[in-house]
Order: sequence, then structure tokens, then C-alpha cells
Amino acid sequence: MRSSWRALLLLAAGLLAAGGAAADNMKLLHSERSLYREVLVYQTGDVRCICFTRFCRIGRQTCQDVKHPDRIVMNYPQMMLGSLFVKPEPKSVLIIGLGGGTIPRALHELVPQARIDVVEIDPAVVKVARSYFDLGDNSDMNVIEADGRVQVKRALREQKSYDLIMLDAFDHEYIPEHLLTQEFLKEVKALLAPGGVLAANTFSSSRLYDHESTTYASVFPEFFNLKKENRVIIAANGPLPDAAQLQANSKRFEGAFGAFGMSTGNLLPLFSTKQDWERGARILTDQYSPANLLNLGKN
Amino acid sequence: MQLTLSYLIAGWSGFFVMAVELLGGRLLAPTFGSSIYVWGAIITVFMLALSIGYLAGGRLSMNAPSVRKLGLILIVAALTVLPLLLFAVPLLDAVANAIPDPRFGSLVGATVLFFIPTVFSGMISPYAVRLIVPDRSSSGRHAGQLYFVSTFGSAAGTLLTSFYLVLIAEVNTILIALMTISGLIGAVACLTRGESNAQ
Repeated sequence: MRSSWRALLLLAAGLLAAGGAAADNMKLLHSERSLYREVLVYQTGDVRCICFTRFCRIGRQTCQDVKHPDRIVMNYPQMMLGSLFVKPEPKSVLIIGLGGGTIPRALHELVPQARIDVVEIDPAVVKVARSYFDLGDNSDMNVIEADGRVQVKRALREQKSYDLIMLDAFDHEYIPEHLLTQEFLKEVKALLAPGGVLAANTFSSSRLYDHESTTYASVFPEFFNLKKENRVIIAANGPLPDAAQLQANSKRFEGAFGAFGMSTGNLLPLFSTKQDWERGARILTDQYSPANLLNLGKN
Repeated sequence: MQLTLSYLIAGWSGFFVMAVELLGGRLLAPTFGSSIYVWGAIITVFMLALSIGYLAGGRLSMNAPSVRKLGLILIVAALTVLPLLLFAVPLLDAVANAIPDPRFGSLVGATVLFFIPTVFSGMISPYAVRLIVPDRSSSGRHAGQLYFVSTFGSAAGTLLTSFYLVLIAEVNTILIALMTISGLIGAVACLTRGESNAQ
């Protein structure tokens, strides 16, 4: 009895110490409760991040170097922006999922002529992006507060089309399952102008990887599959460019990417069209979409 | 036999309602998203429909109650799910067209799809109470047992659907399986020799 009490005390002390240690170098700047979750802003040294879990235990959503806000700290936004090598001059862009606004901000600089629509489901995220990640009130950037799929359907009804669509709506803990189905991808494809490009940030591992792949392949027969710690799929409403064309397009962005701390040379080798998944995996549809269950047990 | 069937129907109906409710969330998501207000709309419609079903079922039990009629209610509840299979997508698209706000869109969509079947499901429990209660002094105990079976069925339907069934089969396949089981149980009840009522 006594020893179990002692163990409990030790555990409590340990938890406190761990919490304290984490809090030491990680400062909570802001927390914002929303309809969906708690949106937390933490800063460690010069790096400021949005997290959806205390002390960012289940991944960081977006990070920014406060001293160099233009430097792109994380890998996946760089891979997403690599879609410009496939579509170098988009005139209209739809971004599903705002986060800290890294991608829309960078796109605004890289392709200033483009009209950018951003869909974000959570008003609290929009608020935090504006006040802590200097998204500001950019008039060329139209932020719509809505569910991604609802907005895609609405845009189709209004007969809009986009040259570039970026899907960045998944987080490490939950995948909106209605954004990972064959029907949704067909709607996105219908919303793409001829030759338009879709870039999707996913991170699936385990069984979901195969299902996600066959689902994309059922709508886009061929796509670039960029993999680092995240997975970015870049697909087109039309044929994909060959290696020479990719390289030529990337040249146009060499200088501009450098200003963001990115290197086109590091990105180019990631453009693979190798189909490294189980071809027989069941396609995800509106009728069959257990993406989160399939993603359980990932490492 | 009549007693066993009454409990079985109440338990299965509890399972059925919650399975349909969870699958309803899947059906609405492509059109309205899966935000908390979409779930709020679905749960509201189910609760309202159940509440009205309770009233109707209690009223109906005044008139020559029998386990055959209980079986018939179960079958009708299953049949009224049929439009979900056939028209859910065009119906929801039409609603979304007419009502752009996804909160009220999902409320109307859920009402159109789920209200009627859930009213019939709600009729089951009070009707079954009438069939199993032998006398006034034990009526509370029997009602308690029936609530237990029915709500336990709901818990099972919720867990099995959200943990396993959606991983195994398509929404419509699961719905067809649910309807088939309702039909079988209902048919057995309809075929039992009618000691036409309890006391």
C-alpha cells in the first residue's frame, strides 16, 4: 500500500517535472477555443508553431521562423510549392486548409498574378493566422470559412475553375474522410481548368497508404508521389510534364525559392511516378471511407 | 415466445436506430461536411423522431396489441429506410442547392431522410412494454428491463458500426443487411400464432 503511494507520488513528480521542462523552452503565446478544437500557438526560441494538442504532442501544424518569416521551416510546404514546377503560371488558386498561412503567403510572392481563394473550416485558425502568422488582410487573398468539400461543390455550381488546387486539410490525428474519396477527387478534377494541377499534402503510412494511392490513381492515372516525412501527391488534369520540362520550369523559380530558404535542386529528385503500393487495395468512396480506421497503428 | 420476441425486437430496434444514425453521418458528410453541427442536426432529428414515435407507439398499444403488430412495425421501420438507398445523394444535393447554410441544410436533409424511419423505430419500445408487463406492481421492473435491452442494443449498434462495420462494407451494404435482419425478425413475429394480446 505504502509503496504504491510512493510510486504514485513519484509519477506525479515526474509528470510535473516533464511538464515544467517542456514549458521552459516552449512558451504558450495564445490559445483559442473553437467549435472543433483548441488552437494553440507555441514558441520555442525563434520558431513559432500552431498546434492542436498541448505541447504539440501530436505533431505541429505550421511553423514559422519569427526572425525570418519568409523562410519555410517545414518540409511539406516546400513539396507542395513544388507543384509550381508542373504549373508555373497559375492564374487562379484554391487552397483547402489554411493552417498558419505559410503556403498562401509564399504563393502570393511566387506567383503575384494569381488570384488566391483559401477555404478554412475553423474561424479560430483564420484569426490566429492573421494575428500570429502575419497573414494580414491581403486583398488578393480571399479567405472563405467553410468545409472544403462543401466549398468545392459550391464552386462547381458557380462554374468556377482553378489552375491550381492545394489540399492541405489533414492533421496527424484526424483525416476528414469525405476529403479522401474517389467522388471528392472527381469533383476536384472537375474544378480544375484543363491542364490544372492538384497538390495534396497527406502523410499516410500503414494500410492507408495503399488505399489512398489506389483512390488517387482511379481518378488521376498518373501522379507525382513526393515522399519525405510527409507525402505530397501532385496530379494534373491532363498529361504530366517530363523530366526535362520539370527541370526547365524549376529553373524559373530558382531565385524565388532561394529567398524562402528552399532549394529547387533538393525538390526535383523527389518527383517520382513509381507506383510503390499494393494495386489491389480497395478504393475509398463516399460509400466506403474508413480512412481513420485504416490509418490506425501507424508508426 | 411472445416475451422473448418482444425483447428481441426492442433490442434489435435499438441496434438498428444507432447504426442508421451513424451511417447517416456518412451519407451527409459529402454534401454538408462532418462538423459538429452536422452531427447536431442528425442527433436532433433522431431524438425528435423518437420522441414522437414513443407517443405514437404508446397510443397504438391501446388497441388490441400483439407481437405480430410489433413485428409489422419493425418491418415498416426497415422499409422506410429504403429511400436512403435509392435517393440519398440526389436528395441531399437538391437540399444543398436550395439551402446554402450547411447547418440548416443538414437539418433539412436529415429530416427528409431519417425522420420517418426513426418515428417507426420509436414506436417499438412503448408498444413492447405493453406486451411484456403482466400487472401494475411489476410494471416498473419490466419497463426497466425493456429499456435495458433496447439501450444495450443501441450501444452495441453504435460500437459495432463505428469500429468495425464501416471498415468491412459500404454504407448501402450495411443498410441492406440491417434491413434484412429487421425483415427476418419481423417476419418471425408476424408468423407467431397470435394469442392476440397480453392481459
